Amino acid sequence: MPIARPTSLDDAVAVLADDPAADVLAGGTDAMVEISFDHRRPRHVLALRRIDELRQVTTTSLGVRIGAMVTYGQIERDHATLLPGLAMASRTVGSPQIRNAGTIGGNLGTASPAGDALPWLLAMDAEVELASVRGTRRLPVAAFVTGPKRTARADDELIVAVHVPAMEGPQHTAKLGPRNAMVISVACTAVVLDTAARQVRIGMGAVGPTPLRAPDAEAAAAEAIDWDALRADGTAIAAFGQACAAAASPIDDHRSTAEYRRHAVGVLASRSLTRCLAA
Amino acid sequence: MTTTTCGPSSTAATGSAPAVTGSAPAVTGSAPVAPPGTRERTQRRVRDGLGTSADRPDGTPKVTGAFAFSSDLHDQRMLWGRTLRSPHAHARIVSIDTSAAAAMPGVVAVLLAEDVPGKATFGLEHTDQPVLARDVVRYEGEAVAIVAAEHPETALRAIRAIEVTYEPLPLLTDPAEAATTDPIHPDGNVFRTLPLRHGDVDATGDVVVEGTYEVGMQDQAFLGPESALALPSDDGGVELFISTQWLHVDRDQVAACLALPADQVHLTLGGVGGAFGAREDVSLQVHVCLLALATGRPVKMLYSRAESFLGHVHRHPARMRYRHHARRDGTLVKVEAEILLDGGAYASSSTAVLANAVCFAAGPYRVEAARIDGQVVRTNNPPCGAMRGFGVVQVCFAHEAQMDRLAAALDMDPVELRLHNALKPGDAIITGQRLTGTAPVREVIEAAMAHPLPPDPREDEPAIALPGGAGLTARREDVRRGTGIAVSIKNLMYSEGFDDYSTARVRLETSPDGEPFATVHSACAEVGQGFVTLAQQITRTALGIERVVLHAADTGVGSAGSTSASRQTWMSGGAVQLACDTVHHGLLERARGVLGVPDEPLVLEPGRVVDPATGAEVAIAQLLRAGPLEATEEHHHAPTSTLDADGQGDAHVSFAFAAHRATVDVDPDLGLVRVLQIATGQDVGRALNPRAVIGQIEGGIAQGVGLAVMEEILVEDGLVRNPSFTDYLIPTALDMPSVAATLIEQPEPGAPFGAKGVGEPPTISSTPAVVAAIRDATGKALTRVPVRAQDIAFGEAGAIPPTAGSTSAG
Repeated sequence: MPIARPTSLDDAVAVLADDPAADVLAGGTDAMVEISFDHRRPRHVLALRRIDELRQVTTTSLGVRIGAMVTYGQIERDHATLLPGLAMASRTVGSPQIRNAGTIGGNLGTASPAGDALPWLLAMDAEVELASVRGTRRLPVAAFVTGPKRTARADDELIVAVHVPAMEGPQHTAKLGPRNAMVISVACTAVVLDTAARQVRIGMGAVGPTPLRAPDAEAAAAEAIDWDALRADGTAIAAFGQACAAAASPIDDHRSTAEYRRHAVGVLASRSLTRCLAA
Repeated sequence: MTTTTCGPSSTAATGSAPAVTGSAPAVTGSAPVAPPGTRERTQRRVRDGLGTSADRPDGTPKVTGAFAFSSDLHDQRMLWGRTLRSPHAHARIVSIDTSAAAAMPGVVAVLLAEDVPGKATFGLEHTDQPVLARDVVRYEGEAVAIVAAEHPETALRAIRAIEVTYEPLPLLTDPAEAATTDPIHPDGNVFRTLPLRHGDVDATGDVVVEGTYEVGMQDQAFLGPESALALPSDDGGVELFISTQWLHVDRDQVAACLALPADQVHLTLGGVGGAFGAREDVSLQVHVCLLALATGRPVKMLYSRAESFLGHVHRHPARMRYRHHARRDGTLVKVEAEILLDGGAYASSSTAVLANAVCFAAGPYRVEAARIDGQVVRTNNPPCGAMRGFGVVQVCFAHEAQMDRLAAALDMDPVELRLHNALKPGDAIITGQRLTGTAPVREVIEAAMAHPLPPDPREDEPAIALPGGAGLTARREDVRRGTGIAVSIKNLMYSEGFDDYSTARVRLETSPDGEPFATVHSACAEVGQGFVTLAQQITRTALGIERVVLHAADTGVGSAGSTSASRQTWMSGGAVQLACDTVHHGLLERARGVLGVPDEPLVLEPGRVVDPATGAEVAIAQLLRAGPLEATEEHHHAPTSTLDADGQGDAHVSFAFAAHRATVDVDPDLGLVRVLQIATGQDVGRALNPRAVIGQIEGGIAQGVGLAVMEEILVEDGLVRNPSFTDYLIPTALDMPSVAATLIEQPEPGAPFGAKGVGEPPTISSTPAVVAAIRDATGKALTRVPVRAQDIAFGEAGAIPPTAGSTSAG
């Protein structure tokens, strides 16, 4: 089995142009599990670890560009001030060893409904940057993730970065599972308050086929918040939770029940909003 | 008494727990235990002897990664074995075509049921499980065919190339239907029915409480998957390196299935990565030996994690209906219970597990009367067998919930109610057996309660310490705290007339540098419990030497019995002690000759034998110039009897008691739990290695916490839904409470060194204590473990106050 180990992005996209069926290996925290379970038998691997340009976090006036190979460990250690909600989400991922291997680009590429970084990226209106020999393009996360473990990435495209717009305002990410650490999400919320635009935005994970927004809940909450004092009354906060729960479309599986997931995502939404307002 | 606190956020003050001393001679955990044959003379102590926290001989290699587990076994010529397993929980095998697999390059053997040369079935108590399924498969994962190939990947491809046609059969997955459904096995669907009638079974109490309880299927979740290396031997037999709990019972089953005499099957223990009961049954032992004999080559087998979950037995799921009768003052009058255990497809140790569940159905309490009906049945669910706590875990969850219900009905403090009814020496349990040994039930309860509670919540504590942990789901105001207590009784050693003896050989000689050293040869399976340390400690103290070498555990010496039932310290520790005694007497005999004092009582001190009358002495090394001293001894415990038709009889050797007080933080809205602290008092007889005892207590509590809040094999239509550590969750460091432990040391009469087994009690009552604490925090009934988030978030409220003289169903 050939393993391509390019050191530049140009070489990497050339590999994919030659063999669009090659398996892309980022941190390996999803791919190796699939290989171990024999759910995936790679014939050709494109390993990205040597491409330094994919490991950069850069800031511009428009926001932050997070390279696809940036790990959860890097985010939680080095970028918690810049990306507070993503740092909170990163700390919920696996063990420290997993966080040193797993990448933001990999989380997007796998596009699991329970992907830990995805609710926050969705709430931030982040955009995924894709590259191929044909050029580059950017897709909003909402358009990029098309279904459970399905994305709009073309076979010859590589996820190279995710762009997060600059935003003022508090954020909170909360993830729930049946164990206090190292657990797959049963429900997850990322709430961000865009104080400049006076918007409330939420990303909800593990309660639908893809990470979900709750537009009606967001609009009603934005309306109810006293933006100058950054306060809302308890009724509005409870209503936000209920509206988020209503917007979820969870399923029953071996990890939880749809009923519990819907309830939990509502509780998490209310609490996350409360925390943002108190921050 | 030894008091220790430990754990990630230990807060209990180690020195502040009040002293709890037994009625037996006062001892402390740090005082070395006197060697056999000691005279009334101040002894100089050998280093790392009994009573010290001597280091494990395998401790450093395990921590540094140098320890060889059985999965590391390797032979240059070896083939890789692999098992084809049934994807169905119940199906008829219509046909098997192995031609494609056998024709694959690199495949050396493909074997089916008809290739088993000897007995077609195996089993611990009833040999009802086929080595390889012939006509019918009765659970998902049942072995159908085995292959050996040059490469593990080739072996995997080969089993996939075997074409099996199955015809699915109706599923029997509800244990309640097993007794009345058509048999799914020629031996029938009921493994055992065990009624127990004690005292006036028609007696009634002033207050009656009733409840129905359920325990889910827990897995032992050891980390080292099943693995072995088998080598054909020159005499036509086989040599097997294996991680197991009982070498000799494996040997006998392998020999029978291979149609070999037992002396042509030689087993050596491989490095064991945890056991907890799951290695008591045969898994790959027969398969790997069959392949080695069929190919004439060494064969290695190593299960994947998913295969491991399908390839070993689990803890029996239980459904229990209880009714407790008490007088107004809290005195227990009668306990009634119906206990149904799901044994899964094959018998394993089901019959003995049921006996434990029935015998200890009332817990560590004095009860005038009992009416217990227990049954364990066959279904198409995964087979269940031994796991730490062995039938007592299930009933303890129920009887402790009942005690809390009773306390609520009586408006009595739950601790007071337990103390009021606590067994004490001389009392009888519900089998009619009197407690002739120590029974410090009151002491373990008081010791657990005496530990300081964890500190009150603080504003500045990290959010990660709250329920939900790293997920940051809760704020302090979302959280409620609760506390609960539970108490347990567990039998030590095997019961019902079984003579589970142990053998040990001790050889004392001098090494080339002139220093004396001893070699201990025991077939005791070291599975992490620390027998290797203890065997050295016993020998050092008994023979006054520091160097003790452990011979590999193998079948070259007599059986040590199983590493289970909290029995090896007592049984194999006792065997080592007996063998040391014989060697010790041989030394003194030689010393009398050398010193010319044929009738003087001599004393063994570290390195020498002394005549206390004259002060004359002779070095052990000198005494060994005449040659080595060697002794092989068998140790048998006091005999037990069977249970009669009413479940009465002196069926057990000895009993150990423990109490656990759990403190939990609960997020009631989300149903998440953080167990903060477990405070425990445990009846240990004597702590021969206090650090090892604490290790058992911490590990047992981790397993008990796991059953309380997360650990469950999910089975749907007979199929396991979560055969991985992604979805079968065990506690992480963030789930593990701090542990505050007090060891109650009352030497047990008849036990070597007075020590009781300590491995199982920590697992048993920690589970009900945690659930009681969650009930305390939430007011929910929580009649099933593991408690799931949705059980707390949506569950029924629990405190149903029963009215006097009436029954209230829960």
